[in-house]
Amino acid sequence: MTSDPLTLRTEFPLFAAVDGPLHYLDSAATSQIHRSALDATVRHETTARANVLRGNYRLAEAATAAYESAREQVARFLNASSPDEIVFTCGATAALNLVAWSFGERLVSGDAVLISQAEHHSNLVPWQRLRERTGIALKALPLTGEGRIDTDALPRLVGSRCRLIAVTHCSNVTGAITDVPAIVAAARGVGARVLLDGAQQVQHGPVDVQSLGIDFYAFSGHKCFGPTGVGVLWGRAGILADLPPFLYGGGMVGRVDMDVATFAEPPRRFEAGTPPIAQAVGLGAALDWMRGLPWDRIRWDELGLARQLLEGLSRIEGIRIIGPTDLADRQPIVSFHLPRLHPHDICQVLDERGLALRGGHHCAQPLLRAFGVDSATRASIALYNTAEDIEALLAGLDDALRILA
Amino acid sequence: MNDAIYHEAIKDLAQKAHGSGHLLSPDRCARLDNPLCGDRIDIELRLADDGRIAELAHRTKGCLLCRASASILGLHAPGQSTGAIGGIRAELTAMLVAGGQVPVWQELELFLPVRPHRSRHDCVLLPFRALQMALSRDARPLPPMGG
Repeated sequence: MTSDPLTLRTEFPLFAAVDGPLHYLDSAATSQIHRSALDATVRHETTARANVLRGNYRLAEAATAAYESAREQVARFLNASSPDEIVFTCGATAALNLVAWSFGERLVSGDAVLISQAEHHSNLVPWQRLRERTGIALKALPLTGEGRIDTDALPRLVGSRCRLIAVTHCSNVTGAITDVPAIVAAARGVGARVLLDGAQQVQHGPVDVQSLGIDFYAFSGHKCFGPTGVGVLWGRAGILADLPPFLYGGGMVGRVDMDVATFAEPPRRFEAGTPPIAQAVGLGAALDWMRGLPWDRIRWDELGLARQLLEGLSRIEGIRIIGPTDLADRQPIVSFHLPRLHPHDICQVLDERGLALRGGHHCAQPLLRAFGVDSATRASIALYNTAEDIEALLAGLDDALRILA
Repeated sequence: MNDAIYHEAIKDLAQKAHGSGHLLSPDRCARLDNPLCGDRIDIELRLADDGRIAELAHRTKGCLLCRASASILGLHAPGQSTGAIGGIRAELTAMLVAGGQVPVWQELELFLPVRPHRSRHDCVLLPFRALQMALSRDARPLPPMGG
């Protein structure tokens, strides 16, 4: 299996469909969809479309088989011990909210949840709301000077009433990878659970939830070359079995009477209503394709592009990198701030040159405020990016500086 | 051509920041954030006896388009009634979204190149929305602008 970005690029239909150059450097927001995911989605919708886990006609059986097969594909990607630990949601945000509601329902005033200042709003706001509902304490790990989660603060912040540490696996702004062993060790010391927001990590290769030693893992399909509208919550079987449902309705019940209902076993307990069936099938195909890739070489290439970008940016007077400036323990996500230039204006100028980047607060306002800025421009690199993309970005920034100054 | 957005007149308006500052004892004030990018504008008003805007001051943290738009308010909003401001905002929205005519404030013509860029319409409209909000409510002291 190749790791050559130009060859891999041909497997993403969008690049062939776009007129003119496209230097797509916004994969942290949404990656492009791989042909295997697109084909599997279309194939499912055109040959096996029916509701799942309900009908007993052949088409419904085929749909259910495809859906459950996707669950197995996700389990293999995460090295989960069982497909029953895989809950399909409509995205990472929904998966995180599921934990905040279901796990949160077991918490009482005085219990504590520990997050960090690096979190995406989707792993912050649900916990704020839980605090308002239940009176839990919500604490946050601070950041180091370079924007990493400061695990040295764990002894100070992890108390005996800490029930959960919920942090990002990789920051969507800085690209910094969290020191998960330190988090897990601190949690285990007080019997707390660990939830990782894996939305940014999964794009860069398979994850081993068992070796990470965590309890929950959340991610989105559209950030790992799959369809939009589908996400995953992985949870340890014994923990999921003890949690109440999040959403209620069809498909997640045992028996319903007019006054009371019982609920299905996981994962169906957490999949109320018709799930994102074709999207799950597409995601399964994308993850199977990813599992076959030479990730050591791809990681080398991705970080090589990050190095090229960081070196180029360092030559721009006054620029500030929002996050680590080295390559250790990071993914190829690089955010930066230019004094007196607004990221929206920068991105507008870059767009004219075929460069797709995100400017704004990246749904991580507390992190940006820790750096003393309101917004930043972000380049996020994926396996289909090339040195030409980075050269185009650096040239585009020269133009932006000239035009906007 | 996107670069056409950033002509000298827009940059000049943003840089001059007409109306930027504080009012000592405003009759009305409002703060509005752009949820997309974290931009923020504070607007303070002093009203004349007939309800028209006597003085306007704003503090705007935003992109060039947002700052230029606030600057245009600083130039033209004083002397206007609530109804007139509503009319200008409606016309500006129509100009951006539906290809409508340029409103009577001539400088708003500078935003014509923004038309095809829907994600930037809010940048232009944020100061107008904040002004309408200020006109519709009593004065409440605004905390420091912060992040």
